[in-house]
Amino acid sequence: MSLSEFFNMGGYAFHVWTSYGLSFVLMVMLVVLPMQHKKQLTRRIRKAIRRRTES
Amino acid sequence: MINNSLHAFTSIVRRDLKLAMRNRSEWTNPLFFFFLACSLFPLGIGPGRDTLELIAPGIIWVTALLAAMLSLESIFRSDFEDGNLEQLMLSPHPFTILVYAKVLVHWLVTGIPLMLLSPLLGLILHMPADGILLLMFSLLLGTPVLSLIGSIGAALTVGLKRGGMLLSLLILPLYIPILIFGTGAVDVGLGGLDASGHFLLMGAILIMALTLAPLAAAAALRVSI
Amino acid sequence: MWKYLLKLTSFKNFYQFSGKLLPWLGVITFILFVVGLYWSLVIAPIDYQQKDSYRILYVHVPAAWMSLFVYIVMATSGAIHLIWKTKLSEVIANNCAPIGAVFTFLALVTGAIWGQPTWGTWWVWDARLTSELILLFLYIGYMSLHSAIEDRASAARAAAILAIVGLVNIPIIHYSVDWWFTLHQSASISVSKGSSMHPSMYWPLFVMATAFKFYFATVLLMRTRNDILERDQNANWVQEQEKSL
Repeated sequence: MSLSEFFNMGGYAFHVWTSYGLSFVLMVMLVVLPMQHKKQLTRRIRKAIRRRTES
Repeated sequence: MINNSLHAFTSIVRRDLKLAMRNRSEWTNPLFFFFLACSLFPLGIGPGRDTLELIAPGIIWVTALLAAMLSLESIFRSDFEDGNLEQLMLSPHPFTILVYAKVLVHWLVTGIPLMLLSPLLGLILHMPADGILLLMFSLLLGTPVLSLIGSIGAALTVGLKRGGMLLSLLILPLYIPILIFGTGAVDVGLGGLDASGHFLLMGAILIMALTLAPLAAAAALRVSI
Repeated sequence: MWKYLLKLTSFKNFYQFSGKLLPWLGVITFILFVVGLYWSLVIAPIDYQQKDSYRILYVHVPAAWMSLFVYIVMATSGAIHLIWKTKLSEVIANNCAPIGAVFTFLALVTGAIWGQPTWGTWWVWDARLTSELILLFLYIGYMSLHSAIEDRASAARAAAILAIVGLVNIPIIHYSVDWWFTLHQSASISVSKGSSMHPSMYWPLFVMATAFKFYFATVLLMRTRNDILERDQNANWVQEQEKSL
């Protein structure tokens, strides 16, 4: 199907794209949040290690 | 040994009943709440006979459920606070049996009075007589389940200072099936069909709760103490 | 093999093992989603009655399946923690909860969005939708109970008990379409009887469902590893690994 047909989804554009869009947003968030958390944790741990080895 | 545990069971039942009788508000407050909350509906919705008659089973069941839920804290909290619960846990008797005793008293003191008061509320909500009978029977089967499942939530939250709201959050989803069948039985019976299917299902839920809920509640109490 | 698995449950070993596994899981998830989405949205034919709106099925059904699957994993992990007192199972169970809640929420919302043009209503209080809503409440209750209890060990055990108690809901959700007259259609896919869906619609669903499973494994591992790091941050094996955390 053509690109415009794809976006229109047979008239059901709102329904299909809201569903897929909401799922996409929430599921990406579920991935991104742990990644950020991991960065925070490693930064904190590295700082603690450096403080310990320096003293 | 079995005789001993049976004796422990009955002595806890007797003790808790005595305590409940002495602390009159403990069992009268849920009844007042039940009556008041039910009365709010005609005041809020309008006294139209037909509407009230239609939704009366639901109103009475929901407010009975809420009244039972509000009184759940009393099962374990006072014994938790004065250390009695810990002593019961350490006793040589099976803890589950002792939990049974407390749940039984809760039902006797809360569930049965609710069931006995329900005809009056059915009357003021313009329910027909056979509907009221169905309602009482559904409450007879349903209120023990409310006490049993509720005891799990009470056990999980007994150690928390302000566990009341959390208790509701945990218990209400688990109450939904019994609510649906309880009101469904009355509605089906009033519609002229046979309600025995609903009652049998409620009986099955009751048996499942009787066998499994005290185990969960005892396990939860062990965690909380 | 059992000894190897048992050794794997220590925080350190699990962290290192999962660290090697995680990139592969991530890549497989990504590929499965790319393939699955293209298949679902472009290649799969339109439905005779619902035209293109049925494509919501390809996120709705996997989300719903996962909401049940994650709960079972959570309750099983909780039971393992109660019985054998392993720390890893506690961490896994806790991290299942938010993921499962998201899946349940998505199943309910995409279902409502799909139901609106198909059935003419956003919501109906039939057995399946109601029991799925109860599942969402159970997930929320799990997380609330866990955060309300201060002592971590007690919180984990109390939440595990709650999860096990809520297990009764899972068969209710699954069989609700068989036991009651529901607006929701009855199962078209079963392990024993195959599928009543046309293969051109069934295969993209299968790919998407697998993608969701791998996604769950990926996210669960990411969150579990973070919790392990946080709990063991003062342990020797963490402190010695400044570079390769």
